[in-house]
Amino acid sequence: MTSTTYEEGLAPETDLRRQGIRLGDIAFKGIAVVAALGATALLGFIAWKIFDLARPAIQEFGFSFIWTEAWDPVTQQFGALIFIYGTVVTSAIALLIATPLSIAIALFLTEIAPRRVAAPIATMVELLAAIPSVVLGLWGILVFGPWVRDHLEPWIQATPLGWLPVFSGSPSASGIFTAALVLTIMIIPITSAICRELFIRVPRELTDGALALGSTRWEAIRGVMFAYAAPGIVAAVLLGLGRAFGEAIAVNQTIGNRNAIPTSWFEPGDSLGSKIASEYVGATSIQQASSILYLAAILMVISLVTNVVAQFIVVRFERARRAV
Amino acid sequence: VSQLAGTDPYDITVRSNGLRRRRVVEKVVGVLAIGSAVLASGILLLVLGTLVYKGFSQLSLDFFTKSRPLFGETGGIADALVGSALIVGMAMVMAIPMSVLVAIYISEYAGPRVGRALKIVLDVLNGVPAIVVGIFVFGVLVVGHGQSAVFGAFALAILMLPMVARATQEILDVVPRSLRDASFALGVTKWRTTWNIVLPAALGGILTGVVIAVARVAGETAPLLFTTSIAANQVSTNVSEALPTLPVTIFAFSESSDPNEQAAAWAAALVLIAFVLVMNVLAKLFAARKRRQLEGS
Repeated sequence: MTSTTYEEGLAPETDLRRQGIRLGDIAFKGIAVVAALGATALLGFIAWKIFDLARPAIQEFGFSFIWTEAWDPVTQQFGALIFIYGTVVTSAIALLIATPLSIAIALFLTEIAPRRVAAPIATMVELLAAIPSVVLGLWGILVFGPWVRDHLEPWIQATPLGWLPVFSGSPSASGIFTAALVLTIMIIPITSAICRELFIRVPRELTDGALALGSTRWEAIRGVMFAYAAPGIVAAVLLGLGRAFGEAIAVNQTIGNRNAIPTSWFEPGDSLGSKIASEYVGATSIQQASSILYLAAILMVISLVTNVVAQFIVVRFERARRAV
Repeated sequence: VSQLAGTDPYDITVRSNGLRRRRVVEKVVGVLAIGSAVLASGILLLVLGTLVYKGFSQLSLDFFTKSRPLFGETGGIADALVGSALIVGMAMVMAIPMSVLVAIYISEYAGPRVGRALKIVLDVLNGVPAIVVGIFVFGVLVVGHGQSAVFGAFALAILMLPMVARATQEILDVVPRSLRDASFALGVTKWRTTWNIVLPAALGGILTGVVIAVARVAGETAPLLFTTSIAANQVSTNVSEALPTLPVTIFAFSESSDPNEQAAAWAAALVLIAFVLVMNVLAKLFAARKRRQLEGS
């Protein structure tokens, strides 16, 4: 496999040489330790620096920034509620649609499809995750958005759900709902890939046992596989949610970028990531610049908490399974 | 596996209560699962189809060799291609050595407890939104120095680090213990064993991780917006200044109302996705070869 010779190890060594080898060992380990510490320090530094840069806004507006519904550079009034609303609502809709779809896809790949069909479908779902967000956003605003406006949103309004205020108003190509659907497309591959792994690892004896007791395949899946994989599914969903919270570009292209909380989900709004992305050309005042950093700090906290909870569940799940 | 119970006259489930309803539920779930899989793969084909349909006719030699003019219709994305290649290349140089070293520390030196903690650190770093990484680099470097391609590369490197480090660490963990033991038995020191035995054995897996990470960051827009977005539309290799890139160009064009710019956005997106897909296929090939090697040995 490699053309290395082992002469160094076998040759009679002088003290100097042996010392050199030991020095090499120490130096190599030292470099590796520094790299590992560096990665940890980087994470800490990012977290600290974002808060540090947001300090002027944090001092000026305090915690009330979080529930203030304002973004007005003229009167210097800034708040995060509009964008928190956009982030939470788009991600929640995406989660509601993507979770059952992802579980269904994972079930199809592991339980229903013969291997020859499962492999290419799995690859295609995987590649869905490889589409850069800016490309998905381009498709979202120029092709998908108009279709949502002309067909999907009028159809929803025609169903009994159309009476809900969130589905009122005139359909539009860009808005909370379009952005949520684009996010759905982005998180399906993440959640379904993890669910697939989970389902593959469910011990066959457990589902076979349920089948032998006379349950249908669906009952075995629901009663045994889901029960066994439940914490993992929760973690998969949370990882997808973390992705949805943090997405800035595709949302920026499709949400409509309006500084207001819309009554209808069909209307334009804005999200945390999207608002930050819009402001890259430069803020005009320190308040505005640090307010954007404050938004970034809120976004970072939300996505980190989501991620850490997911990791925590994964670790506990692994430990529990090892005990079984 | 997909064979259903019930055709056998001795099958006890036939006598169970409400069996017909339960069977219907089972069938419905099966149909929904198939429908979901078809929907997801259909969306991929739809997006790819749209890109080819709207972008392919724009592709020409000029599109790859000329830059975008300030006014007028004809022009290309040569400036963005050069900028993206330089920035992603620099990001690789910054991220790969450090990622591999972090992975080596976790897999070869750290105890289980420290190793687990470092893996969580990497996963959390991976969970930091790209836009936050962008604004972090903006706050630390761009404020005071101005935008530059190097800062853009640094932001992309931060995104690559956890991806490459985790992929490398996972492959190092499956390099057989016996390879290391054989090397130690010959009196080879630990660092030489790692460098000459373990790393070469893991090379295929590391390459897979690198290729996937490159495919991912080549399409990232968010970290570049704050670091290298305000650039002249000409081919330049001066990395100390902001350079145009493919994702930022697509982003800017996608929000334009000019049909020519929208057409250019489709073509640029087609080029970007072609690159991303080729990289993903490459990664699959590397991974498959590696698996054959490990199974063969």
